[in-house]
Amino acid sequence: MFKRLEAAAGRPLHLTFEGRPLVCRDGDSVAAALLADGHAACRDTAVGNVPRGPYCMMGICYDCLVTIDGRPNRQACMTRAREGMAVERQAGAREIAP
Amino acid sequence: MIRHAACDLAVVGAGPAGMAAAIQAARLGLSTVVLDEQTAPGGQIYRGIADPPVRERALLGPDYWHGSALAEAFLRSDARHEAGATVWAILAGRQDGQPPAEAGQDAGLRYDLAYSVDGRARLLHARHVLLATGAQERPFPIPGWTLPGVMAAGGAQILLKSSGLVPDGATVLAGCGPLLYLLAWQYLNAGARIEALLDTTPPGRAWRALPHAWGFLRSPYFAKGLRLLRAVGAKVRVVRGVEALEARGPGRLETVRYRTGGAWRALPADQLLLHQGVIPNINLSQAVGIPHRWNDALACWEPEADAWGATALAHIGIAGDGAGIAGALAAEHRGRLAALEAARALGRIDRARRDREAGPAQAALRRAVRGRAFFDALYRPPAALRRPAGDTLVCRCEEVSAEQVRATARMGCQGPNQMKAFLRCGMGPCQGRFCAVTVTELIAEEQCRPPADVGLYRLRFPTKPLTLGEMASMPQTEAGRRAVVRLKK
Repeated sequence: MFKRLEAAAGRPLHLTFEGRPLVCRDGDSVAAALLADGHAACRDTAVGNVPRGPYCMMGICYDCLVTIDGRPNRQACMTRAREGMAVERQAGAREIAP
Repeated sequence: MIRHAACDLAVVGAGPAGMAAAIQAARLGLSTVVLDEQTAPGGQIYRGIADPPVRERALLGPDYWHGSALAEAFLRSDARHEAGATVWAILAGRQDGQPPAEAGQDAGLRYDLAYSVDGRARLLHARHVLLATGAQERPFPIPGWTLPGVMAAGGAQILLKSSGLVPDGATVLAGCGPLLYLLAWQYLNAGARIEALLDTTPPGRAWRALPHAWGFLRSPYFAKGLRLLRAVGAKVRVVRGVEALEARGPGRLETVRYRTGGAWRALPADQLLLHQGVIPNINLSQAVGIPHRWNDALACWEPEADAWGATALAHIGIAGDGAGIAGALAAEHRGRLAALEAARALGRIDRARRDREAGPAQAALRRAVRGRAFFDALYRPPAALRRPAGDTLVCRCEEVSAEQVRATARMGCQGPNQMKAFLRCGMGPCQGRFCAVTVTELIAEEQCRPPADVGLYRLRFPTKPLTLGEMASMPQTEAGRRAVVRLKK
């Protein structure tokens, strides 16, 4: 769990995670938004189907993959949060639409 | 006709090396483009520096705010900054079907950089390329390091710099190296609680580092480091001589177990932040074909480059921690030197002017690296924490265990590349970034060979995962289209 310092700047943004509302700050990555809202895990792995969450926060470990606005396999730590984003947990490997 | 952007110098990365190089190159009249993955300049060390959510300077400390002037100068310079740009290939020669022009304004556009912004691919033609791709956390393969709740300390620090987030609940820091104590100090400044700092620096290391102490005592690191250790030691329970670590779940971190003097103890924990130094981020430098060597003192791979950042490849330079770990201040000076060398290689300045203008940066670089040998020796992570055994995951992506890698090495597997064929380790989306050094070291240990002899993964383009749709979004030239249409018939 992470909490926001009171002095931290940034206007509020409204997202959803798994359909539930989530408020973060402008300037947050999606990964920061999830961690600040108490979600340590954001996906289940493709190989062992076990939960994972952000590890490196700099775009190299690929453990923070999520689905954003219907697009799977987005790196939550490399995607800036935007008003109205719908974020879903990434379940295993992405599926290619038929 | 589609014309891709062209420039004299393409810099990859907007950390201290990339920013300093771009400022210097632009001042010398080189048309300069900086491609950087992040939304704002600063790299990881000065993450968020252009618009930091944490405005209280004392919290993050003066070393962080040093980046502010650099970032401002960079944004004011004539260098073009392209944010959110992920470079995934650097190719020699023109990729757009145009003949490589030897005269006129296209002369000398030797390299094409393929990159993506917001999921759309683009090309940039460049006469000279400077890689300033920086460092990454060294893998810290302990049991449970993949559990939610376990993060790299550097990652947690990025959350603080870019979002003003601090851990809430029981937090344990573990590992070795200056960053761990710096983060602890910053958390204390922010009023966050730290349950314990588990220090894995092996006892007796200070003695081994002693031959390098003279440089260290004369360096700014000495007083700074001492202050940091004292401040953290006064307020945080520091457990020294930690020999082994485990993160326990299930599903999420609940307990951190650690061993000192042969005895295991446990701490309930909501967060475990791991750090045992940083290593060069070599995926681009390796894929483009720069030779790499094993640095045994730092236990990592690094590209071969001279004091100017010049490599075996004409017109591809490398600067900053990506060229070998030396820290943020050094990176800045190395960036300046590499930009001077780029201008010389492109014929814009002569050797005499390069050497003359390099003087201040060279002197500053010497000061910046003074004392590093001491804590490189002091904080070299212990072998047991670099070379895991049993069920501990080595490859996080493909979920390959240490015992699988060791058993395959004992079977006679020839090296990391054959290991991929057996186990798929290094073949997931992180492309070996979090297992390459571990796999090299495990094979070396099992086969009693030096790591330099074992070698490393052959890293290839695209160096970041890419969708077919993204690749297809590349603006097509008429020649390119004709080539494909001909193939279809």
